[in-house]
Amino acid sequence: MANDVLVFVECSGGKVVKAGLQALGAGSRLAAQLGGKCIALVIGQGLEAEAGKLGQYGANRVLIAGGEAFAAYSPDGFARAVAAQAKATGAACVLASATPMGKDFMPRAAAASQCGLAADCIDLRAEGGKAVAVRPVFAGKAMLTVGASSALWATLRPNVFAEAVSSNNVSPEAVTAGFGPGDLLAVVKEVVAGVSGKLDVAEADIVVSGGRGLKDPAGEGKPNWEALEKLAGVLGAATGASRAVVDAGWRPHGEQVGQTGKTVSPKLYIACGISGAIQHLAGMSGSKVIVAINKDENAPIFKVADYGIVGNVEEVVPALTAAFQEVLKS
Amino acid sequence: MEIVVCIRRAPTTDARIKPAASGKTYDPAGINYDISEYDKFALEAAILLKEKHGGKVTVLCVGHKDATKEVRTAIAMGCDAAEVLVSDGDHDAWAIANVLATRIKALPHDVVLFGWTSVDNQSAGTGQMVAQLLGLPSVSVVVDLEVADGKAKVARLAAGGQRERYEVKLPAVFTCQKGLNKPRSANMKGIMAAKKTNVPETPAAAPASGLITIQLDPPPPRAAGKIVGKGPEAAAALAKLLRTEAKVI
Ligand SMILES: Cc1cc2nc3c(=O)[nH]c(=O)nc-3n(C[C@H](O)[C@H](O)[C@H](O)COP(=O)(O)OP(=O)(O)OC[C@H]3O[C@@H](n4cnc5c(N)ncnc54)[C@H](O)[C@@H]3O)c2cc1C
Ligand SMILES: Nc1ncnc2c1ncn2[C@@H]1O[C@H](COP(=O)(O)O)[C@@H](O)[C@H]1O
Repeated sequence: MANDVLVFVECSGGKVVKAGLQALGAGSRLAAQLGGKCIALVIGQGLEAEAGKLGQYGANRVLIAGGEAFAAYSPDGFARAVAAQAKATGAACVLASATPMGKDFMPRAAAASQCGLAADCIDLRAEGGKAVAVRPVFAGKAMLTVGASSALWATLRPNVFAEAVSSNNVSPEAVTAGFGPGDLLAVVKEVVAGVSGKLDVAEADIVVSGGRGLKDPAGEGKPNWEALEKLAGVLGAATGASRAVVDAGWRPHGEQVGQTGKTVSPKLYIACGISGAIQHLAGMSGSKVIVAINKDENAPIFKVADYGIVGNVEEVVPALTAAFQEVLKS
Repeated sequence: MEIVVCIRRAPTTDARIKPAASGKTYDPAGINYDISEYDKFALEAAILLKEKHGGKVTVLCVGHKDATKEVRTAIAMGCDAAEVLVSDGDHDAWAIANVLATRIKALPHDVVLFGWTSVDNQSAGTGQMVAQLLGLPSVSVVVDLEVADGKAKVARLAAGGQRERYEVKLPAVFTCQKGLNKPRSANMKGIMAAKKTNVPETPAAAPASGLITIQLDPPPPRAAGKIVGKGPEAAAALAKLLRTEAKVI
């Protein structure tokens, strides 16, 4: 129906992922505003039980594509399945989460449906009976509001939209792919765990980032980076970095936050020894609360920080770790 | 091996972005442009493939005719030919992908390379859309790429820092991420060669996408913050504020 919303709900390791439930929550609220149904689509094998739970998270209908073609992830296979259900349901809006998987195949799915795609949106609502979405561009230096002349295709940034709670009793309906594994162009062969197995900076609730102010970890900066890791450990946070320290080889690429690194929007971002260059700010100023520690009280990072401490990271970071340990006990 | 690289001309990352009077795009006054950051990894990957397997690297750029400056930089790095597909105005990824797919179809292509995302539009999708339009396999956010015997072995970055490995038949589309290689800078010889290279500017009509721009706004301003104090003595007060006032720990 032309008021319905179709949501691809991502699963990983046989379980629905948090970002998938968040997208479903956003989809169910939009469907209510449009006066339509929220239809969840799950793709993969052995996911019947997971799909069966989605009525509790806002779905009015649940579709499951579980054929042989979906034994492993394939960008073109998943794109075809979503495009087919977009067509079959005639949905007014087609959503997925902007996770590495959603970002990978949704452009293909939208293109297969002759539609554009609003990527990595942070707001979604109905205006005048049509879906509109807001997406950061220039890494957050501007916000673009878009609508669509036909169906609106969008991916939604994780950790921005709330999950929905509902008590719909929905049994999943199986849908067929119409193609087999032999028709797929690219299929994931193997998944190799991350080098560190650490929490990803883009997915964490709390991020503790270090910059050049922490100094070379191969030299005098060693205790500073150890102190930063310890602070992150106490808070259950991921560690991030400025590009200066990534380019210097002090920290891995995956930790870089900024316009040419990862865009993060955690509930708490702690910047230690980071000046706050425009490219860095672009990647983290969407954080809920920003804390800055810098010895220079005129550092630009203080312009976006909610709380700041002017001081030497060598002393302040260990002191903060102790203070957090104290507060977290109470 | 025939390699096509699609590059975007984007405002430099230090640009301050202000909405234009129309409220639908940004004000170009005072903005400098460069090759969008991740496209440099795609260019480097293309040149490395050519150095290893022989062949030719063709660069395509959809946009303003001033983009000849950026494509000449790509030639100076070591690419062989370039074309600007001239189409003024703001186009979304779908419109750009259509222009590129039409052109690529008419060119020999074994490997088609993109940046994983542009630094301005950030759709992170033009490459996959081109692949879909051409019916080619795509792997996005590639950090490892090896080509042999008409096939490519690639790794992409997935959730939680995991790496997904793929093996795909060529021709195929890949979008490149930092970590794949270290982009070279142009040497004098390359810069001289680029000056002499003819860069055709072909008018291209971008189809209208179903996406409609309603408005471009500055980001919501952040409320003024406060300096909690100086030195390690301020740590306890900060921890307390984060618990009781900000309620984030
Ligand atoms: C094309 C391009 C893309 C870029 N993309 C990114 C990006 O994505 N992300 C990014 O981060 N940057 C990016 N940059 C780089 C950016 O412009 C800055 O150079 C970089 O962010 C600076 O890193 P920094 O803050 O760690 O270092 P610096 O700017 O050197 O700042 C170090 C800070 O530490 C403070 N300090 C020093 N010692 C101490 C101490 N003992 N205690 C407390 N404070 C101390 C100093 O006061 C200073 O403010 C990009 C640049 C370009 C050209
Ligand atoms: N106007 C353009 N011309 C050529 N290639 C482009 C253009 N815009 C985007 N691209 C390519 O598509 C990639 C992804 O861009 P985007 O989908 O906008 O994030 C870029 O890194 C470029 O490789």
